[in-house]
Amino acid sequence: MQSLTNRSVVVRKREMSFMEKLYLPAILGGMALTIKHLFKKKVTNKYPEVKRIFAPIYRGVHVLKRDEQGRENCTACGLCAVSCPAEAITMVAAERKQGEENLYREEKYAATYEINMLRCIFCGLCEEACPKDAIYLTDRLIESKYDRKKFIYGKELLVEKIDERIDISKRKKNYTMA
Amino acid sequence: MMDWSIIIEKSILVVVLFGVSLAIAAYSTYAERKIAAFLQDRIGPDRAGPWGLLQPLADGGKMFFKEEIIPNASDKFLFILGPCIFMTTALMTSALIPWGKSMNIGGREISLQVANLNIGILYIFAIVSVGIYGIMIGGWASNNKFALLGAIRASSQMISYELAMGMAIIAILLTSNSLNIRDIVDQQEGFKWNVFYQPLGFLIFIICAFAECNRTPFDLPETETELVGGYHTEYSSMKLGLYLFAEYTNMFISSAVISCLYFGGYHFPGIDSLHLSQNVAALVSVAVLFSKTFFFILFFMWVRWTLPRFRYDQLMRLGWQVLLPLAIVNVLITGAWLTYFK
Amino acid sequence: MSQYLFFTLSILTIVSALYVVFSRNPMHSVLSLIFCFFTIAGHYVLLNAQFLAIVHIIVYAGAIMVLFLFTVMLLNLNKETEPHKTNWIKIAAVIAAGMLFLVLIASLKSTELGPFHLPYRSTIGFVQNIGIKLFTDYLLPFEVSSILFMSAMIGAVMLAKKEK
Repeated sequence: MQSLTNRSVVVRKREMSFMEKLYLPAILGGMALTIKHLFKKKVTNKYPEVKRIFAPIYRGVHVLKRDEQGRENCTACGLCAVSCPAEAITMVAAERKQGEENLYREEKYAATYEINMLRCIFCGLCEEACPKDAIYLTDRLIESKYDRKKFIYGKELLVEKIDERIDISKRKKNYTMA
Repeated sequence: MMDWSIIIEKSILVVVLFGVSLAIAAYSTYAERKIAAFLQDRIGPDRAGPWGLLQPLADGGKMFFKEEIIPNASDKFLFILGPCIFMTTALMTSALIPWGKSMNIGGREISLQVANLNIGILYIFAIVSVGIYGIMIGGWASNNKFALLGAIRASSQMISYELAMGMAIIAILLTSNSLNIRDIVDQQEGFKWNVFYQPLGFLIFIICAFAECNRTPFDLPETETELVGGYHTEYSSMKLGLYLFAEYTNMFISSAVISCLYFGGYHFPGIDSLHLSQNVAALVSVAVLFSKTFFFILFFMWVRWTLPRFRYDQLMRLGWQVLLPLAIVNVLITGAWLTYFK
Repeated sequence: MSQYLFFTLSILTIVSALYVVFSRNPMHSVLSLIFCFFTIAGHYVLLNAQFLAIVHIIVYAGAIMVLFLFTVMLLNLNKETEPHKTNWIKIAAVIAAGMLFLVLIASLKSTELGPFHLPYRSTIGFVQNIGIKLFTDYLLPFEVSSILFMSAMIGAVMLAKKEK
């Protein structure tokens, strides 16, 4: 069979020479190698003080977006739930009533919208599937909890607050790295 | 009375020695973690105090407050006796090591050595060989298969390597004509370190010291991957702490013994030309011995984070078929050299 | 001072030696035998024979008893697995032990109790003196036994070698 790379080496089990049988040169070589690492730059980030920079395409906890007037974008079409390979998303749709136009952008909206964060694999397919620009993955992390039920995030956790919008411009399709 | 002043002097020395041994054992755990981290491009513990210097205190405190568990099916008396023996013997060995030149306080000559027996090196040898009972008793009393296997491995390893170690020491005794450690140290004054006359003996001795201290590459009695925790699998709280602590004390003592036997102990070339007063010279000699000892402690750790562990049959083959014949040959060569060239 | 030490050590020696015989647990027997060896080493120290004391500890407590302990650990002796002994064996054991006891009493009867001495101080137990004695008066037995040990050591290495 033709090898895929030129890096492969045929293993040959030959008798070891006397120097090799002593093992001492090999041991000293290993010790020299480890002592070199003593002076190398350390890779550790001191976490609470120094935080790792997330890549722009990092996929963390979801957010349900509002538009400029503060109305929820989601129309409960269910495409995200269909596209979800882990079946983590469920929702219940409801019709928008008279006088709720400032709350929901579309005539149909999600009365409940739940993502099970323990099932979610953060693939981002829900984001791809969404026709209304409503769901995005952000660079936030899931907090640890003692109760499994608390990992089912409802609308109160997913929908962004009006006064603290979450920036998702990095994840828009036309985003270019600065 | 003369008697009482000697007793007081020696008790102070013993207490100081215990304190220093324990402090060094405690900070060896810190050094171990730091060096492990550095050799693996990490920074290690740095949260407790500046650079994590209070980490040993935090570890010790944790050990004290952990739940004490004594297995129901264990032999309770022996279960408690095991770590006690191990720790006691680990601390006892430091008595015969000459820590420095003698001091002169108020006209009294104070030797920085708890006891200067004429059997010196044999005493250390005996205490080390007794220390194995701590491991064996603890491992057996736990009533646990892993602990028993660890204890058996520890004891057979100890017996096998003690032989080669003894033969390596015999070569030293041949050249120095004395069992007294202070004599052996004083003969190496200047740069006449034994390591230059006994390179093979030194190599055998240090390999055996690794095996006797149960350090990697010879840490088979406590291989996490095979035996859970080895002989201290069932131990918790401060009894486990005693075991771990005693191992580091053993490492400290064996480093000190290596520096005394092969690296001139408290002597360092050129120190006499400084013309220091007696007490300052004594303190400097203590510092010299300690820096040599610290180097060997670091060496122990350096090796631990470089070499992988032996397989058990390899360990036995190395001990019986390589080190023991080599040690006998070394004794023969030394004897021949002394007879025909001196 | 050394008189008190002597009596304490003697009591400890006898008690631990008795415990070796009377203990039901073989493990405890072995351990008290080790303790007994230590107290005997203490007696040697009182006689100023430090070398003998230390060699006693290295050889008996440090090597031989470790092997004893090893065997007892691996055999896992307890009441259920202990082989049942027939009455004949018990009777034979009693007779044999009784005869040993008789011999001991006979030998003790013929000894005379001298006046009690404080522990004897001399330098006979020092390494140099023992060495000089061994290499002058007892040269032949010493060399023969060292050849025996040497051959035992080489034999162990040979046994450990893989059969080709």
